[in-house]
Amino acid sequence: MALTQRRNYRRSLVGISTILLLLLFWYLATTLTGWVNPSRFPRPDEVLSAFTFIQTEGYGNGKLHQHVLHSLKLVAMGFAVAVSVGVPLGLLMGYSRRAEALINPAFLLLRPIPPLAWIPLAIVWLGLEDGSKILVIFVAAFVPSVINSYTGVRNIDTPVMEAASMLGIKGWRMVAEVLVPGAMPMIFTGLRLSLQASWTTLVAAELIGALYGLGSILNQAAQDIFPAMILLAMVFVGICGASTTWLLGVLENQAMPWRSERVAT
Amino acid sequence: MKTALSRHHFWSLTITGTIGFFAFWYLARALHFSPPQFLPMPHEVLFKLIDLMDKPFAGATLPEHMAASLKRFGMGFGLAVLVGVPLGLSMGWFRLLDDVITPVFDGIRFIAPVAWVPFAALWFGTGIGGPTLIIFAGAFPPCLINAYRGARNVEVRFLEAASMLGVGSFKTITEVLFPAAVPSIIAGLRIGAGLGWLSLVGAELIVASSGMGNLIVRAQSALATDTVMVGMIAIGAIGVVIDILIRRLEKLLLRHRNA
Repeated sequence: MALTQRRNYRRSLVGISTILLLLLFWYLATTLTGWVNPSRFPRPDEVLSAFTFIQTEGYGNGKLHQHVLHSLKLVAMGFAVAVSVGVPLGLLMGYSRRAEALINPAFLLLRPIPPLAWIPLAIVWLGLEDGSKILVIFVAAFVPSVINSYTGVRNIDTPVMEAASMLGIKGWRMVAEVLVPGAMPMIFTGLRLSLQASWTTLVAAELIGALYGLGSILNQAAQDIFPAMILLAMVFVGICGASTTWLLGVLENQAMPWRSERVAT
Repeated sequence: MKTALSRHHFWSLTITGTIGFFAFWYLARALHFSPPQFLPMPHEVLFKLIDLMDKPFAGATLPEHMAASLKRFGMGFGLAVLVGVPLGLSMGWFRLLDDVITPVFDGIRFIAPVAWVPFAALWFGTGIGGPTLIIFAGAFPPCLINAYRGARNVEVRFLEAASMLGVGSFKTITEVLFPAAVPSIIAGLRIGAGLGWLSLVGAELIVASSGMGNLIVRAQSALATDTVMVGMIAIGAIGVVIDILIRRLEKLLLRHRNA
């Protein structure tokens, strides 16, 4: 115990000093010595003033929190629809071999197409509005939800399934008391992958054309050659991705109180 | 869990499913679900595919666009493997390196690879350097993480045997950690190749002037939906081929095991 504690202590010490050194290096390279041209990579004070600028004056049709909320809203909507369709479909395909044989061909035909390749089609169909973004996020988040729920059901121990069928459990009780709890760890693995794919796809879709959102800040800043704003938007893309993943981890621990190994949150 | 279906039953359902998929597609046209221009039929997409093999669209034929994309992909993915795998293995061996790199890596891991597009264009231009960086950003994390995990899961007795025989750090990494981590590394390469290919399409959609991503985005602005679909299918097919090639590589590398 003491050893792992000491190890963790050393680890965080080294980690924090690395990050501090990197920040110091950033300051030295851009501000003091001028090795790095500020038109290539911004100075720390430029990033700060970009932050105050976007929060007070607004940039690219809105203030920072409006862009962040807009992106979060689109991810939440696309993700929620994909999960609420994908997880039940995966459970069904895992449980019934007939459903699997019937649905798999269409799924196998569509699955290899990367979600980002759907963006032009979504634009043709739904324009540059929010609808097309929700569609591509749906496509991105749908596939991992289905595959992992399917695998989760297939990995339930055979004795459990046999006991359930011997006890005559059917229909809704089968889903709620056997399939969902049994497949839960894999379902959450799928949700994590779905969430990551959702963010990637949203940023790409917003970079291609949008009025609001983090991707649209990136796009606008790239056109204006405004490196500080690019960096700021990237940082917020990272913060949004990390915090939604953290939220999912909290949810995962809540949903499976019986597990001894908790997901790091 | 139901018992497995009979072969006959399985194939009849699979064929029904496939026919159902295409029937649904044709039905959408029959019911005037959308104007024909926006929803080309499967056979029209097939004809367009044949057409694009030698007729240029957006300055190049389909095979030329593919070649441009594959060249970028090869560079970005190759770089990610060449940096990610040795670095991951070394992080599994040298604790200090692990402690230094992990927090930095965790900090930038959550930034979506396509978010690097503006900087990539600013630093390396939009020709080959910029997209290469984006592919690298997509493919690097899985390569690194899986090599690291593979190295950490090496059985301790191998490491003990190596240290007893007086093997140095470099040789331990190349001759003990690497062979033991191969299955995990290959899994990482497969994920990395998928993400790299995805990121490439994203980069080409936004900045490049050739390649598959550029083909579909130009087709979109020309409202040539059939060409968009041809591009999507070709992108999917290349992704599948890349995955198959990596699995071949795995067989090749693991040939000596269980021999």
